[in-house]
Formats: sequence, structure tokens, C-alpha cells
Amino acid sequence: MELISPTEFAKETVQSIQDYSLLAGRSVANLFRPPHYLADMIQQADLIGFGSLPIIVLTGLSIGAELALNSANTLQRFGSLSLIGQLVSVGMVRELGPIITGLMVAGRNASGMASELGSMVVTEQIDAMRALGTDPMKKLVTPRVVSTTFMLFFLTIISDLLGLFGGSVVSTLLFGMDWRQYWNTAYQILVFQDVFMGLLKPLFFGFIIATVGCYYGMTARGGTQGVGRATTQAVVASSVLILVVDLFTTKLLMAVFAYQ
Amino acid sequence: MAAPPTAIEQHVSSEPDVAANVVVFENVSIAFEDKPVLDGISFRLAKGETKAVFGVAGSGKSTILKLALGLLKPDDGHIYVLGDDVTQMREEELFSLRQKIGMVFQESALFDSLTVRENVAFRLLEEGNVSEEEVEKPVREALSFVELEDTVDKFPSELSGGMRRRVAIARAIITHPEILLYDSPTGGLDPVTSTTIIQLIVKQRDVYKTSSLLVTHRLQDAFIMATHYFDRKANEMRPLPPGARGEVPMAFLILRDGKVIFDGDVHELAQSKDEYIREYIS
Repeated sequence: MELISPTEFAKETVQSIQDYSLLAGRSVANLFRPPHYLADMIQQADLIGFGSLPIIVLTGLSIGAELALNSANTLQRFGSLSLIGQLVSVGMVRELGPIITGLMVAGRNASGMASELGSMVVTEQIDAMRALGTDPMKKLVTPRVVSTTFMLFFLTIISDLLGLFGGSVVSTLLFGMDWRQYWNTAYQILVFQDVFMGLLKPLFFGFIIATVGCYYGMTARGGTQGVGRATTQAVVASSVLILVVDLFTTKLLMAVFAYQ
Repeated sequence: MAAPPTAIEQHVSSEPDVAANVVVFENVSIAFEDKPVLDGISFRLAKGETKAVFGVAGSGKSTILKLALGLLKPDDGHIYVLGDDVTQMREEELFSLRQKIGMVFQESALFDSLTVRENVAFRLLEEGNVSEEEVEKPVREALSFVELEDTVDKFPSELSGGMRRRVAIARAIITHPEILLYDSPTGGLDPVTSTTIIQLIVKQRDVYKTSSLLVTHRLQDAFIMATHYFDRKANEMRPLPPGARGEVPMAFLILRDGKVIFDGDVHELAQSKDEYIREYIS
């Protein structure tokens, strides 16, 4: 493995951050500059949104059910099994729904974007697109950013609902809890701040997934090996960034809304 | 062993003659990772002329095409394309200029998720205000030019290397660009397919009078182009009559160690006394 000097490493890191920021900024700025590729946005929304639906359904159900299963034993010891609906509801809507959906979509789509765009870079298709007078940032990056941000919002809602459903199935079938009581408590515990926080996060996560995936794809170098590296880096970077941004967003919103 | 390169004397004024020259390189230098690839090169491509660019692998031939298209920025010097200094233009401004230029990439660079029809029509559809039905006629014409009309619904992966190269030519010429840039269009192809590609380039030169820069390793391809013309009536490439050599607008440019060591026509090339050039063309 080739060793690089700390100065070189620092320069490369700053350069990467700068390039990523420029890509992210341009992907948003392109929304206000024609041409707008509506057909590409719809196509990407289909690939990203509907394409991710099976894994979101599966993970949403599992996480909700597991949350209920794990917390039920503890709650039972304190005779508070009736709180299970509240626990699953707050956990899913505020935190687990957005973050699990974000991570699953990052694994599926950030890698897909990085490999697709990376392959286009190494086979000169991106250069060909520029040579044909088309801006790849407008044609390829902006539709992916818009579609991922838009679709992740709805995928998170689906994930939240299925998580609650999974929790209700476990609570009623395994712990004999009343179905109606579960849904009543789950619904009543939620306040505006919970829902707002849970639906704001996917907007950030969607933006991160698409921009990181596109950034690693557009900067892929070194043939198929480079594309493979870009794909791995895109998943790792977007997942880490989602977790970090989630932490700061949660803290910030808690401070803004002054609640615990 | 050949003598060290001697750059030919350059005659490039500060104000390029845009009417006569469609591409002007003025003291252009570029280095990759501190390794100089082009070192202050200057040359001109006259309107209607085809200039073949030669040099060993890594001599910067393909870099010249990417510089002319603004895909790369030089470290130094100026490049005028159709009167615009591409070195001073922003990426946004370059897109409109690139619509007047066609480029055939070394490995074709066709969009692999699009059909041949969509690849060839790409530029027309991107320019907007046209439906898929309206582009059908020009697509058929462009594919007819390269004799590949029956591949319209195929994907690039279903085509041979030579066919992909011809589709790339069709994609480049569909809007009848003012300049065509060919990056090793016959590289890696068998002699028969290479001759077909060369015939298409000669046809484009002689029928549409398109100015072209042609990067190639194959000297014989450029010699064929310099000694043949396209007969419209017979719809085929034919040798120039004896004594008429040099009548076609064909020039040669040879690079060595980042410098231009030859820029002239086929007669000047044949008469060159430069040891390296003699060795190169032998």
C-alpha cells in the first residue's frame, strides 16, 4: 500500500470536500436553470422509490416487530405493557423509521448511483455527453437528487406505518394486548414535534444519499476496480454521514422545540 | 537512433483568422501529474480541411481533441474554436459551442443503456422541441450514411466494434456539425472495417466539406485519405487520378515529446529530411 504524506492527505481531503460541496450546490442550483429533465426525474423516482419498496416493507415490519418484542419483556416486569404502543410509535416515527429507511436506501441506491455513473465515467460516456452539448450535472445528478429526496420522504412514512403495524401484530398475538388500545396509545403519544422531526430527517438523508452516490460515481477513476471502490465508498460515506447528520439534527430540533 | 525533436517554426499571430481557420492552437501546454504532455504547441485547422494527428502512444493526440472541445483546460496558451477562445469559457458557455462540434471517441462511448436510435438521436432530443417521431427521419439518414439502418432498435452491446464505431460517427454527424473530431476511429479494427470507416470519413470530408481533426496511429489510413476522394456518383471512395495527389484538403501533424515536429501536406511529409519522421513513415 502506498503511503502518502499528511500534507498530501490533508490537501486531498479538502479538495474532496470542496468538490462534493460544489456538486451538491450545483445539483440544487440546477433546479432553477433550464433544461429540466422531468422524464428522468420520474424514471429515477420509479427506480429509487418503487424499487426500494420491498426492502422498506420488510425492514419496517421487522424493526417494528423487534422493537415491540424486545421492549415487551422489560415493560412486563414493571407491569407497563400497555405502554408498548407508545414506545414503538415514538421510536419508529422519531428515529428508527427515518434512519433505517435512510440506511437501506443508501445501501441500495447510493451504490447503484456510484456504480452506474462510475461506469459511465470510465467508458467516456460522461465525456461523450458533455461533447454532445448536454450537462451531465443537469441530466444525471439533479434528477437523482430530487427523486431520492422526494421518494425517501414517502418511503419513511410507509416504513413508520409498517413498523407500527409490526409492533401491533407482536403485541396482540404474543402478548395478548388489545389491538385498539395499542393503536390508540401509539397515536395519542405522538406530538407535532415528533412527526416534524421524523419527516424532516428523510429530506436530509435523501439529499445525502444522492449527492454522495453521484459524487463518488462522477469522480471514479481506474477502470472497473475504480468503479468497485467508488461503490463501496459511496455506501460507507453516505451511511456514516446519515448517522452523523441524524445525531446533529435530533439535537438541534430538540433544542429548537425545547423538548426531550 | 533518431535525433532529439526540433519543434517546427510556428506562424501563429495573436489574432487568429477565424474565417479561414476553425481551430487554432496557440502555444498550448498541459501536464498531467507534473508530467508535461503538450509543451507549447501551435497549429491551425483550416475550414474544410482534415488534419491527421500522429504520435506515439501517450504523446497527447487524444488530449488535443479534448482540449479543442473544452473537456480539458490547458495549463497555458489559447485555443480558438470557431472564433471562441475555449480556454476562457465557462462550462455552461461551452455546451452551446459543443453543439457545433461532433466527436467520435476512441471506444465509441455510446450510451449503453440506450438503443442505437436513442444514441443517434440524443443530440436532437436534447436540443428540445422535437418529438421522437420528428427525429426518426434524421436518425434514418445518419444511419443510412454509415450503412447501419437495420440496427436502429439494437443496444450497443449487441453490435460489433466496427458497427459501434459507425454508430458513433452517425451520432456525431446527425446535426451536420461544423467540425468533426475523430479519436482513433480505426483503432483495434480489422483492415476491411477500417477501410469502411476511412471511406465514411472521406465521404464526410468531400461531400459535406466538414473540417476534421483525426487522431490515429495508422499512417496508412491517413495516406489513403490523402490519395483518395469520394465519388458521389459511384457512392464510393476512389484513388485520385495520377498527378492529382495533394488535391484533397488533407494535412498531417506529427507530435513528439510534446512538440509539433511536422505540420504540412502529404508532399511535404514525403520530402521531409527529419530522421524521426523518415523512420516514422517508413
